Amino acid sequence: RDAGQKRARGLDGTLGGDKGDGDMASVTSTVACTAAGTDEPNTRTLQPIVTGTSVVAVKYNGGVMMAADTLGSYGGLARFTEVERICKAGEETLVACDGDYSDWQHIGKIIKELEVEDRCVADNITHTPHQYWSCLTRILYHRRSKMNPLWNSLVIAGYSDDAAFLGTTDKIGTSYEADYVATGLGLHMALPVLRRKWKEGMSEEEARALVEDCMRVLFYRDCRTINRIMFAKVDKHGQKIFEPSPIPTNWSFRSFVDPSGP
Amino acid sequence: LGCNIYSPDGRVFQIDYAGKAVENSGAMIGLKCKDGVVIGVEKLVMSKLLVEGSGRRVHPIGTHAGIGFTGYVADGRAVVSAARAEVENYEDYYGVDMPPHVLSDRLGHYFHAYTTYGGYRPFGLCTVIAAFDQEKQEAFLHMVDPAGTHYRYHGCAVGKSKQAANTVIEQLDLSNMTCEEGLKQIAYIIHTIREEEKDKPFEFEAGWVCKDTNNKFELVPKDIRDAASAWGKKKVEEMEMEDDESDDED
Repeated sequence: RDAGQKRARGLDGTLGGDKGDGDMASVTSTVACTAAGTDEPNTRTLQPIVTGTSVVAVKYNGGVMMAADTLGSYGGLARFTEVERICKAGEETLVACDGDYSDWQHIGKIIKELEVEDRCVADNITHTPHQYWSCLTRILYHRRSKMNPLWNSLVIAGYSDDAAFLGTTDKIGTSYEADYVATGLGLHMALPVLRRKWKEGMSEEEARALVEDCMRVLFYRDCRTINRIMFAKVDKHGQKIFEPSPIPTNWSFRSFVDPSGP
Repeated sequence: LGCNIYSPDGRVFQIDYAGKAVENSGAMIGLKCKDGVVIGVEKLVMSKLLVEGSGRRVHPIGTHAGIGFTGYVADGRAVVSAARAEVENYEDYYGVDMPPHVLSDRLGHYFHAYTTYGGYRPFGLCTVIAAFDQEKQEAFLHMVDPAGTHYRYHGCAVGKSKQAANTVIEQLDLSNMTCEEGLKQIAYIIHTIREEEKDKPFEFEAGWVCKDTNNKFELVPKDIRDAASAWGKKKVEEMEMEDDESDDED
């Protein structure tokens, strides 16, 4: 859409002018989604370019298990196959993202600044996982309020004060803590699996198997995945990010062999 | 007389006076040892009501550098903030840790800027920088004085009795000394030069960047500092007893 055709987007997200609805137009005309409406170059994120797909994470007895594949998609092209979407934050926290990879790199810098801040104050108190989650949520919400979002969903997992922490935020700053989370297409495909199979007090092996099941479903059905999964866990001993590896898959399901069948 | 005015004999008085602020304050000593750099500060405690550990003189800057300062303490915090901003900015741009000589240079410029305008006063500080050079894989010691001149040192001392401290440092075999040893020597020097103020309480603050800290700058933990300080104090007493004995023999 070029500069001359910018239209106001109403509070309900629709473009008021489209339907010729008089009432909507009077509401939407006061809410503009673009700056000035002139031919200035765009200085805001309008679309993600290199993207990562879902992240899945579950709490277990004594820690949190997390997984993400290592693909950076360029639209429909599976362009970068060794992208790391999980990183450490401090000594007790893991942060993972989906969405735009360059915005993730920026978030990596923010995390590093928080770590350096801990070092400089040097009072033997470091940011807890909850604090990383809270800070990142505020930053994402702030950016979205300037209509220039960091186009990521983040999963923040940690183990601190003898308790596991798991929280998530998305690019508009919606955040919550939960026992299990998924982002992106995982919301649609992994969450149902997690809702059925997650239980309180799982062991690490059970958690890993459950997360692997979710990643398997996602690999079967999400077009923007590859079978190179990076698992990570955080427990009272600290964070551990495992070397990426493929997970076993089974392609002899009837609906894979003959999708048109009954 | 402002900073922008020379004296007839070619000095800038404000800078000299700033130096006086440094000379009247607690000692600060830096040593470049074989496995890293250690800096120690004699922090005179003004009142019994002060909580131990507050009013810090030694600060980490980023991950691999640290600064100690002595003199007009309030200025120190401004310099620490400026140094942290410089380090963050450099690492953001160039993707590598700021080399020690570049940090020293930037702080030198910063200090010097405050000596060139009539409306400013110089920082009443000497700042000692201990930082690890990523490229050379070695830690280095620098000092910046109120005029903005900075040098790289094997060992340096500022503050009260710096002549006496420098004399002791010159005799140390630094290239064969570890930072732990160096810390003890710093404590010993501080106890030695505190002849007149034995009764005034002080805190011994220290920081180091060495192999044991993985080449990151860290404040020395309290138990290690206390042990070094006790060692230093005991050595001063032993030296005094030896002097007394040799006097008796004469």
